[in-house]
Amino acid sequence: MLSVLQPKVGIVSCSGEELAQGTVARLATLEVLHELRPTHTVTICLPLFLAGGEGDREFARHHPTITIDGCDLRCAARGTEMYSGMPAASLVVDELVAAAGLAPPEGRRALNEAGRQAVKVVAERLAQLVDEVLDRRQHPPPAASPATSGGETDPPTCPCRSGRGPVR
Amino acid sequence: MTGEPAQVVVIPCSGIGKTYGSVAREAAYALCDDLRPGGTRLVALAKLVLGEEAARERVRTCPVVTIDGCKLMCASKLVTHSGGQVAHEVAVLEVYRRHKELKPEGIEELNEGGLALARVLAEEVAEVVDEIRRTRTAPGGIRA
Repeated sequence: MLSVLQPKVGIVSCSGEELAQGTVARLATLEVLHELRPTHTVTICLPLFLAGGEGDREFARHHPTITIDGCDLRCAARGTEMYSGMPAASLVVDELVAAAGLAPPEGRRALNEAGRQAVKVVAERLAQLVDEVLDRRQHPPPAASPATSGGETDPPTCPCRSGRGPVR
Repeated sequence: MTGEPAQVVVIPCSGIGKTYGSVAREAAYALCDDLRPGGTRLVALAKLVLGEEAARERVRTCPVVTIDGCKLMCASKLVTHSGGQVAHEVAVLEVYRRHKELKPEGIEELNEGGLALARVLAEEVAEVVDEIRRTRTAPGGIRA
């Protein structure tokens, strides 16, 4: 059961098995979860979330989430918006890879060198976003200041577009 | 006259936080990349559920095999919810119960037991795929 008491960020990864970018998203998520920010993150299982896992949806309603998608279909971001609310931030691997000037990752089952580099880049950006999201939560700004670096889409905002940021 | 054998859609559960999800994914890769590359097609579950039309159409018209990590059977449930018919469903846990010597460990990288379990599961499902393809034809074709 996911705790709703600790200040944690839920990471929702697309896990797309068809593409190497999905593997990058998944491995970057696990890197953050296990190595970079183990005490401040949990992962939300996207299939369970989509299938109606009430524990995961409940967590995402009360905690900030960061979604990470392999491609511009943005399944994780759309699924989170659909079932729990706007994510605090969203990343797309393709866009981060392009912004970092890396070659496109290859090898959905076993990543090539470019893919492994992409995992590092994405994991570091994801960890940075976790810190930013938690900091925003502890010190809410008077007005939302959307994250701006490459790879992020749809700056965090509230559903009513009042500009006060996601209500968590 | 018979039609072309149907391509079988393979959908693993996509779970990323647990070992059984990794085994499900690895088994799907072993099946689609190594064992039956010509007769199967891997489809990502999230893409299907969130409405990518090509994925939904494929699932509505082709036989589907789901490989789930745990007893929650998310992949199987979501295929049905998306209008597809599950021709065969399998859970990693169920195969592990029959192969206790292959204890899976690891998430990012499976241990030898996990890889072997995935291979056993993939081989079992490959036989099911062959049977499905013997008895079904591609959309618009005539059943053999």
